[in-house]
Amino acid sequence: MNGMQIVFAFIKILVMVMFVLNLAAILTWADRRQSSMIQDRIGPNRAVIKIFGMEIRVAGLLHTAADGLKFFTKEDFTPPKADKLLFMLAPIMSLAMVFTLVGTIPFGDTICPHEFHVRWPEFWFGPAVERLGTCSADVKAGYYPIDLMVAPLGVGILFVFAMAGQGIIGAAIAGWSSDNKFSLMGALRAASQMVSYEVTLGMSLVGAMMVYGTVRLDDMVRWQSEHAWGIFVQPLAFFLFFTAAVAENKRIPFDLPEAESELVSGYFTEYAGMKFGMFYFAEYAEVVTSSMLLVTIFLGGWALPFLHRDGLTIAFGTTTLVSAPIAHFWMTIINVLAFFGKVLVMCWVQVVVRWSLPRFRYDQLMKLGWKLLLPASLANILVTGVVWLALDKAGAAASDGLKVAGDVTQALIAVTATYFLVRGIAGFFAPVRHQRDLVGSSAAFSAKSGGTKSAAMQA
Amino acid sequence: MATAAFPKKPPSPTNAAPVAYAARNLEVKSYLPEIFRGVGLSMRHFFDNTREMVRGKRPDPVLDRYDDGITTISYPEQKRPYPERFRGVHRLTTRDDASMRCVACLCCSTACPAQCIFIEAGEYPEGDKRRGYERYPVRFVIDELRCIFCGYCVEACPCDAIRMDTGMHPAPYDSRDQFIYDRDLLLSMEGRDGSHQSQNPRHEPGESTHPGVTREHGSH
Repeated sequence: MNGMQIVFAFIKILVMVMFVLNLAAILTWADRRQSSMIQDRIGPNRAVIKIFGMEIRVAGLLHTAADGLKFFTKEDFTPPKADKLLFMLAPIMSLAMVFTLVGTIPFGDTICPHEFHVRWPEFWFGPAVERLGTCSADVKAGYYPIDLMVAPLGVGILFVFAMAGQGIIGAAIAGWSSDNKFSLMGALRAASQMVSYEVTLGMSLVGAMMVYGTVRLDDMVRWQSEHAWGIFVQPLAFFLFFTAAVAENKRIPFDLPEAESELVSGYFTEYAGMKFGMFYFAEYAEVVTSSMLLVTIFLGGWALPFLHRDGLTIAFGTTTLVSAPIAHFWMTIINVLAFFGKVLVMCWVQVVVRWSLPRFRYDQLMKLGWKLLLPASLANILVTGVVWLALDKAGAAASDGLKVAGDVTQALIAVTATYFLVRGIAGFFAPVRHQRDLVGSSAAFSAKSGGTKSAAMQA
Repeated sequence: MATAAFPKKPPSPTNAAPVAYAARNLEVKSYLPEIFRGVGLSMRHFFDNTREMVRGKRPDPVLDRYDDGITTISYPEQKRPYPERFRGVHRLTTRDDASMRCVACLCCSTACPAQCIFIEAGEYPEGDKRRGYERYPVRFVIDELRCIFCGYCVEACPCDAIRMDTGMHPAPYDSRDQFIYDRDLLLSMEGRDGSHQSQNPRHEPGESTHPGVTREHGSH
């Protein structure tokens, strides 16, 4: 490992950790503001900074900053009979594991630095790299291919599960050390729930691993880029994994461990100040990391439909319709942006789900986990194996047909995404009509003075 | 023959229709269709409200009262207009020459169930054309904290001198003595139309429209 590699490793760590940290902070804002939009409210928008007579509200984003200030300035309270060491260790455990987990998640394709080392204008419009080949290291010139993941581990997803499993420990020892019955019950619930859903989380991915033929997350993305996204190959596994991931995050509808109406606030009842802030933050960081996992395993990771390492290639089976090479520099940027964009969308979906569904009862939770999700994930493994073997024996015609089917799914994604994008933009600019109905003298007064919002405060 | 622990109730004698329970079929039990429907509804609300919020076209909470969407009133910036007959803070009306209409008859303070009005009546000075006809309040004090805003004072007033049509609610103050409204403060309040007067005409003694006795007819 030479100097440049160490520098690049630091850059990758910075990109990943900063993304998770900042997105988690923004998600605390998004969670409140999005819920207000869902529930026909305005939401928090009062935190204000006054500079030179200007009031800056930034759509309520300053509430996040205010929260941070409050966390740091509040009294760091420890219950008198608490286990001091474990009490301090628990929030660290729960937050650190989330950040360790992102180490093996790839956010872009492997960069070949020597492709960049060409002069203007080839740097911008230069030749594309090969579609499937990975560039080899040029030791003499000091070039090494850069994997866009912090730790290119061979065990990949297994490491992710190992780290995700440690999340239980943080919750469990938080409840145990708090010297509080509600905390202890919350911790019990957290432990049993997370252990139960951990099984489904792992089992639902076995089918995906069989299809992809690898446990490395970047190879999984490469397979999806060449064939079809995981959500088409393993649709049931996608839903199982999504459900189990939400349960692992301990968010509504699976927020039994911190059910406010039952256990004050579960395993972190006794926490205040930044220690509580770390639990709070860990929850949102887990949303980001579970979105990253979902995107990587089921939604094509950094890959976009028909955009490969060498550029745009619209092909169905062996018939190629469009083929346009794109420079390696641009493809890298597109890939990284695509990955982070997909993560943002998945975070948004998770927030919508959180604000739509009611909380399960505890027996329902266990029943769902052990009697429904686990058998379904086992059945998924069986069916995947049988179909995979059958297709393997079916010969060349079947594999050609599968290739075409895979390309059709890519086209489907492209068309659907374009449709929603166009519809979203068109819907945004569509005229807004309201149903006017003046009932009562107050409405008449209001109408005379130009409506209630004569001094409206938007956002 | 074993009898059931909880024998079935006989059918109700009323003609009420039985409640139709949802069938517990696979669609209901699997929970999934309703989840998708619910999430879809959430998304629809999210997109609609976000669009109106970003474009600044939120529905007016009073005028568009049947619409979906955010109908919150951001209070200090926006205010819900009060209805026409809303009883707000009192004011004392004036005549055309800007003198007060009140004749210190004590009707309002008598009618007041909360006993929040205090009036000290005084005679007009010698030579004033109103001397002998009317008196005037030297002090006219309303304790707005005691007031229950029933409007009986307005009903009782024979001169239309006290009104509650300012359209304002009493502002919150720091101390109790700030809620003691005296005569000059009450006189300075405007009606909702911005005038200090009243719509009802005042008939001064000596005018032909004056209904009551005048000094010429009087026998005292």
